[in-house]
Amino acid sequence: MRYARKFAVLRKQSLLGDAISHAALPGIAVAFLITGAKDSNVLLLGALVSGLIGVFWIRGITTKTHLKTDTALGLILSLFFGFGMLLLTYIQKQPNANQAGLDKYLFGQAATLVESDVLLMVIVTGISLLVMLLFWKEFKLLLFDKNYAMTLGFNTKFIDGLISFFIVLAIVIGLQTVGVVLMSAMLLAPAAAARQWTNSLSTMVILAAIFGAFSGVFGTAISASQNNLSTGPVIVLVAAIFVIVSFLFSPERGIIFKQIRLIKNRRDLQLKKTLYFMYDIVRDHDDISRPHAIRILNSFQGFTKKTLSKLEEKDWITIQGQNWSMTEDGFETAANLYNNNLPES
Amino acid sequence: MSPMIDIQLIATVTAAACAIPGVFLVLRKMALISDAISHSILPGIVIGFFITHDLASPWLIIFAAFSGIITVVLVELIQKTGLVKEDTAIGLVFPALFSIGVILIAQNANDVHLDVDAVLLGDLVYAPFDRLIIDGADFGPKGLWTISVILVITLVLLLAFYKELKISTFDVGLSSALGFSPVILHYGLMSVASVTTVAAFDAVGAILVVAMMITPAAAAYLLTTDLRKMLLLSVLFGVGSAIGGYWFARWLDASISGSITTVLGLLFLIIYLLHLAKD
Repeated sequence: MRYARKFAVLRKQSLLGDAISHAALPGIAVAFLITGAKDSNVLLLGALVSGLIGVFWIRGITTKTHLKTDTALGLILSLFFGFGMLLLTYIQKQPNANQAGLDKYLFGQAATLVESDVLLMVIVTGISLLVMLLFWKEFKLLLFDKNYAMTLGFNTKFIDGLISFFIVLAIVIGLQTVGVVLMSAMLLAPAAAARQWTNSLSTMVILAAIFGAFSGVFGTAISASQNNLSTGPVIVLVAAIFVIVSFLFSPERGIIFKQIRLIKNRRDLQLKKTLYFMYDIVRDHDDISRPHAIRILNSFQGFTKKTLSKLEEKDWITIQGQNWSMTEDGFETAANLYNNNLPES
Repeated sequence: MSPMIDIQLIATVTAAACAIPGVFLVLRKMALISDAISHSILPGIVIGFFITHDLASPWLIIFAAFSGIITVVLVELIQKTGLVKEDTAIGLVFPALFSIGVILIAQNANDVHLDVDAVLLGDLVYAPFDRLIIDGADFGPKGLWTISVILVITLVLLLAFYKELKISTFDVGLSSALGFSPVILHYGLMSVASVTTVAAFDAVGAILVVAMMITPAAAAYLLTTDLRKMLLLSVLFGVGSAIGGYWFARWLDASISGSITTVLGLLFLIIYLLHLAKD
């Protein structure tokens, strides 16, 4: 259940999940109207069908008209959901008041899950895992370079459909746990968090699955430990914490480390500026290692005692009392500072 | 006035007030922002309710609009980090805010009249009974007044800044070259969308707001590329579906907002099929 979602993030269809989960609602209502039973498998089948209709209509709108993806998603989301609500309220007014409980699909109630529901989830998860492993190479190619995949002779339409099918399936299965409204976060957050830690698709999928599973477990535990805490929202918030932590602390892309790198680069630049200023002074003399007073650097604002000792550390200058002198190494470095592209002469 | 006419009036005015910012949202590829706002105003409303203990207080609208604007700002902040794409940023922000709202309600407001269903779905049926009474005189339903004021403000802003909006929608570069700040226009539009969403959803529910904003604009966009015609058409579609939906709901005896959405959906389906047939 937690595997299909990563593909959604990479395919720039992040909000597809949101649209599909809303689009599944009329299917649930129609399935109930036709069968009159509250068997969750039948209802989920209905959800699956209407979710798929939603996906194909979205695809139709974006490929056959000039409307953009966001408009198509918003349209399907609100229209299907509104239609679903119409059917639900219509069902509620019907005499055979067997409909109580249909609204659990709105917000989800992990607490009402029974053994057969869990079994179904496990089976579906197993199948999607299997399919993912089977078509791994095709999925990957399609995600990153569709045209290349086409030239290689892959049936992109089929694979595309397959991915869509599994996204819809994952969403529909998840509906019972977190509900229509919050499903999109469950689809997105773990993948977005995982994306920050790795550039490899396989690692990302595994990480996202772990993040998703942990949010599920922690969220359920927290909501069970207290009264009046609905499961879905708690799970979503736990997932959101994963995302925030990943945004801040991931070593490659994280905001904090990026900032540190930025400051470091800036310091480095400052250091080099000081060096270049010294180079300017030294250049006029025949003997580059002739000592100069530190005082004459005062007209240059960028230096501190610390930068001087840093420069000394790098063996670019030497300091004797109140004087500094440039080393051969420092002279070379400074001379090549602004013509990095030229070959060293 | 009878409740029947009141409901239709509210639906009509709401449809018109939503259709105008909707056109620009669709054209600027920001249609999903309305979805995000409509969800994330929930915590604002809940906090406003805790402070005032009055569901009809205007503070609720102010708090809600504020949390709508926070959503827009948060989405943009996340986008600016470049860590994820724009739509992912939207998808991350609003469920989190919505969850906070749902938890706040479940924790504290169990015994009061504030439940998530009502917030999400709203219902026009009750709108006419919340009346504006000044000095004992009945001035009609409150919801009608709020949304009418917003419609008038939207219209005034539209007429005043039509040229600026038009240019900045279609050519950001030109508009900044001419000296209109795209940023100010962007936030202006977002604020209008936010306030309209809040006021409208009080009457018609969060999901219908999204449908009312996007659908008429999208349908109109399939028929014309002239901005003026598009605005007129989408208002027309919105109003038509509002009235049609009301009668459809009466006939089915089901949710009015659901049925207005359904009529909007049918309308879009027809125009979509016509568009396909034309090619």
